[in-house]
Amino acid sequence: MLSKPQIQETALTSRIRVADISHRYGDRLALNQLCFDVRPAEIFGLLGPNGGGKTTLFRLLSTLLPLQSGTANIAGLDLASQAQQIRTLIGVTFQSPSLDGKLTVLENLKHQAHLYGISGAPMRERIENALQHLGLTDRRHDLAESLSGGLKRRVEIAKGLLHSPQVLLLDEPSTGLDPGARHDLWKYLKQLQHNEGVTILITTHLMEEAEHCDRLGILHQGELVALGTPDELRASVGGDCLTIHADHLEQLSDQISAKFGVTPQLVNHSLRLEHSRGHEFLKELIDAFPEQVTSVSLGKPTLEDVFIHETGHQFWQAEETT
Amino acid sequence: MNQPASLPAAGSAKLFLLPMMTLAQREVVRFLRQRTRVIGALVQPILFWILFGAGLRGSFKPPEWAASSMTYQEYFFPGVAVMILMFTAIFSTISIIEDRKEGFLQGVLVSPVPRISIVLGKLLGGTILAVLQAVLFILLGPLLNIVGLAPDFETGITLAGFLPLVLFLFLLGFSLTALGYLIAWPMESTQGFHAIMSVFLMPMWLLSGSFFPAGESGWLSWIIRANPLTYGVTGLRRILAPEAGLPSAPGNPSMSVCLIVTTVVCIIYVAIAVWMTLQRSTRNAR
Repeated sequence: MLSKPQIQETALTSRIRVADISHRYGDRLALNQLCFDVRPAEIFGLLGPNGGGKTTLFRLLSTLLPLQSGTANIAGLDLASQAQQIRTLIGVTFQSPSLDGKLTVLENLKHQAHLYGISGAPMRERIENALQHLGLTDRRHDLAESLSGGLKRRVEIAKGLLHSPQVLLLDEPSTGLDPGARHDLWKYLKQLQHNEGVTILITTHLMEEAEHCDRLGILHQGELVALGTPDELRASVGGDCLTIHADHLEQLSDQISAKFGVTPQLVNHSLRLEHSRGHEFLKELIDAFPEQVTSVSLGKPTLEDVFIHETGHQFWQAEETT
Repeated sequence: MNQPASLPAAGSAKLFLLPMMTLAQREVVRFLRQRTRVIGALVQPILFWILFGAGLRGSFKPPEWAASSMTYQEYFFPGVAVMILMFTAIFSTISIIEDRKEGFLQGVLVSPVPRISIVLGKLLGGTILAVLQAVLFILLGPLLNIVGLAPDFETGITLAGFLPLVLFLFLLGFSLTALGYLIAWPMESTQGFHAIMSVFLMPMWLLSGSFFPAGESGWLSWIIRANPLTYGVTGLRRILAPEAGLPSAPGNPSMSVCLIVTTVVCIIYVAIAVWMTLQRSTRNAR
């Protein structure tokens, strides 16, 4: 338990503080002793395959699920005992839209505003604003159930923003958005961050989306396996990444470790190597095994490489096994 | 756009009433946009009234406390009104299961709305619909006499008696909607609700003195007397026939007993519904 001055201090340095959170569904451990902070006006991404625990954490922070163990603070308020106050401060965008299909876009937004105690002229102003920002102005009288997936998602985001939350929680926000809409969404999120100091926590399984975040936590099987800015994470891999394709992978792997003293990882029908001077190693490799190697690719590490580096799995493999 | 100062604080009156009214309004709008529901909740009971009324006319013997000239359709009349209340209450609370499935509920649960407003909003919406339909039936049902589908009888409703009628229908409708709420809240599927309806709600209605009168003694009579809904049906019967001055008899409790039992049961249902809604649970997330 934190004492009062400590809590205030926490509020200054972090908007969201997660300490030692574990969560079980029956026998299955969905989250294992998670700890991290989200700083004020930061876009923090939780990256991981589906089933990695992102959504569970999202539900805990959005006050839907009760905390089983550990503590969490949002804006200095305790998640277990001050959920009601937290709810006024957070905006939540769910992965599956929480719209009422039998109501129009405008009606959905009106009800949402009323739930937060907003009515009359301020409500109309906020709704106008949100409709405009999300390009929904001409769809306002459409029934929500008649909208495409991407448009529903935009209405969902508008809902979460209506009450100008200080902290925005978004679960897989760009699912179902086309690239143009995705680009617009990120532009808007960055505006919110810079102009209004909104703190944003998003969950995602898309690498390209993770690149937009200021800092990332990589979640794998309920554990936080890496934490840092995208650049820091990539730097942690060390040097360049080589992906080698061959007919007899295991045999080649043994030969490589015998000759060069490095052991490649076998990932999804290819061999993977990290090397500080990749371009030189690539030449040596081809010279040494011209017959066995069918193709090699060389690149700077991506966030996917970070994931493989930390977990030994490829992203999509991890999704299948969990 | 960022004006957190203008938002009402958690626990303020505006955060209690406005959400309650908005959720009630949503309930009504949704119901009216789904025409089959409107028809189902109103037409089926009226068909029952006409068909059972015609079929059971010959074999019906009025209970001792009633006038000997009473026809079955007259006896059955308050029961059908209660059936309309019950059906509408059920249809509106079944939507809790849909709200959870479609994700609307989670959006409401993460908002700062006090949980009691969520419950009361839902119940208020369902009750308004139920009372509207029941009043429509009570006013228009006897007119079926013109086309020969109902006996010639007076409901005894005067302008002065209209307010007590609406208030009592509201109380009973609120109670039935609350019962529907606490059945629907833990349900995973609407199929489950239909099962509960046939094994619990329909028998509860059948054994409330709405379909046939309670005898003087015997196990059936005791079940009817122990059924809280009996007090709703009898209360409505008394309000619909104020001049008849029906004597209190077993299975025909006095108006004050009807009011007390219906109110107490309603409070208990609502309290349980609020308590259930206060629990944070995995089921509410999608």
